[in-house]
Amino acid sequence: MVLKGAIWAVGLAPVAYLIVGFVRGSLGLLPVDTIILVEGRWALVFLLATLAVTPIRRLTRWNRLARARRLLGLFAFFHASVHFLAYAGIDKLFGLVAILEDVRDRRYITAGMAALLLLVPLAGTSTRGWIRRLGKRWLKLHRLVYPAAALGVLHFYWKVRADTFWPLLAALTLAVLLAARSPAMAPRLRRGQRSPGGKAG
Amino acid sequence: MVIRVRRSSQVPSSEITPESTYLDRRKFLGATAGIGAATFLGRGVAAEETPTHGDEEPNSWEEITTHNNFYEFGLGKEDPSRNAHTLVTEPWTVRVDGLCAKPGDYALEDFIRPSTLEDRVYRLRCVEGWSMVIPWRGFPLADVIRRAEVEPRARYVAFETLWDPDQMPERGWKPRIGWPYREGLRLDEALHPLSFLVVGLYGKTLPNQNGAPLRLVVPWKYGFKSIKSIVRMSFVRDQPRTTWSSDSPREYGFYSNVNPEVRHPRWSQATEKRIDGGRLFGYRRIDTQFLNGYADEVAHLYEGMDLRKHF
Repeated sequence: MVLKGAIWAVGLAPVAYLIVGFVRGSLGLLPVDTIILVEGRWALVFLLATLAVTPIRRLTRWNRLARARRLLGLFAFFHASVHFLAYAGIDKLFGLVAILEDVRDRRYITAGMAALLLLVPLAGTSTRGWIRRLGKRWLKLHRLVYPAAALGVLHFYWKVRADTFWPLLAALTLAVLLAARSPAMAPRLRRGQRSPGGKAG
Repeated sequence: MVIRVRRSSQVPSSEITPESTYLDRRKFLGATAGIGAATFLGRGVAAEETPTHGDEEPNSWEEITTHNNFYEFGLGKEDPSRNAHTLVTEPWTVRVDGLCAKPGDYALEDFIRPSTLEDRVYRLRCVEGWSMVIPWRGFPLADVIRRAEVEPRARYVAFETLWDPDQMPERGWKPRIGWPYREGLRLDEALHPLSFLVVGLYGKTLPNQNGAPLRLVVPWKYGFKSIKSIVRMSFVRDQPRTTWSSDSPREYGFYSNVNPEVRHPRWSQATEKRIDGGRLFGYRRIDTQFLNGYADEVAHLYEGMDLRKHF
């Protein structure tokens, strides 16, 4: 299917770009820093894209979009993992003490690490089998994506020093996507569906 | 015209005393042979072989000139090397004002001329956790301060970078640190022989992205203290406001001495990435030294001070 193909292409492109750049030596003097930066951005882009699926689907009634959500979410986790591994593995050489010190002392790392940890069970339970096994609890569990996204944006905002434009745009995007889910917005968006409490329709 | 290019190897720090800045006679003779071949800010200056020591080889020209923090020309490390060509460095005027007997607007040539240029190799430690070894060309900041005949009331010197939106792309609506960029030193720090005003790199004219045509280099402090493209020096009584410490007082102190013991909210300062093109990832991780390895020379400036408080 075209949509999924496009997501795969966009999802893997940053990694291809980084590999080629690393080999060619075009990632700057400190390529690790570039890898961490690029992968962190893409993790957030995919995380926000995942959260955009439901509002866009409801607005446009393009229901096939829902089928792409899992793939978007998994790419968010993939880029967050590469982001983390570049930091922990290359920059810190898996030095547990240094990493734990970072998590303790540096709030942006605390937030980022928390976001990543919240994504782990979501990625782990993304298969059909787990969805069936967990039933209603699956939906509940996957609400963790909201705090994960909020922590991810906070991580970005706290990390940036001078140019807060992009973190603020990410925060605004997240706010809009969350507002679109609020009960107040729900009746509008869920035309034809039952709204909470069943009063409006 | 006699131009002396003095040799003062800054590495290792233990060898550095003001006395050690005297010219090695043979080097001097070798150096003078080239006079006239190079012109440097209108002066004939011999390029001298850069002094090196042990494993602290200077970084390459390429490395030093493509990895810069100069936010007026963009926030990415490579942005200044791409964008700073729009900076106009000729003519250049430096304003000297405040508590001194000889204030005035000096043409850069007049500002530099009375001093003797020297080549010095300094470590540069960025607060972000990377470092380089850089062969600067310049003259002691103390020269300028003595010529200005500073009043006894003056306790600090404040510096300002050029701010001209027409020459600098980082303008407009995006939230930014406040321009112009400002820095400052306590007067005794500024008078210290290691404090250096720089006009050249590798014996060549300083490239724009490195802070042309005139920048400060204070090797025992984090790099952002070494203000670039200076247009103003003011002698003042009170500690001046400086850009980063105003922007985030919790993170950047006025002193900002390199100190592995003082934690920074963003970066561990215990170690650093020494830029090294020979390595797979472009750096070696090494321990950061107290006062960037210049403690023998400058630690006395901070005697009795709690450096965790005055970070």
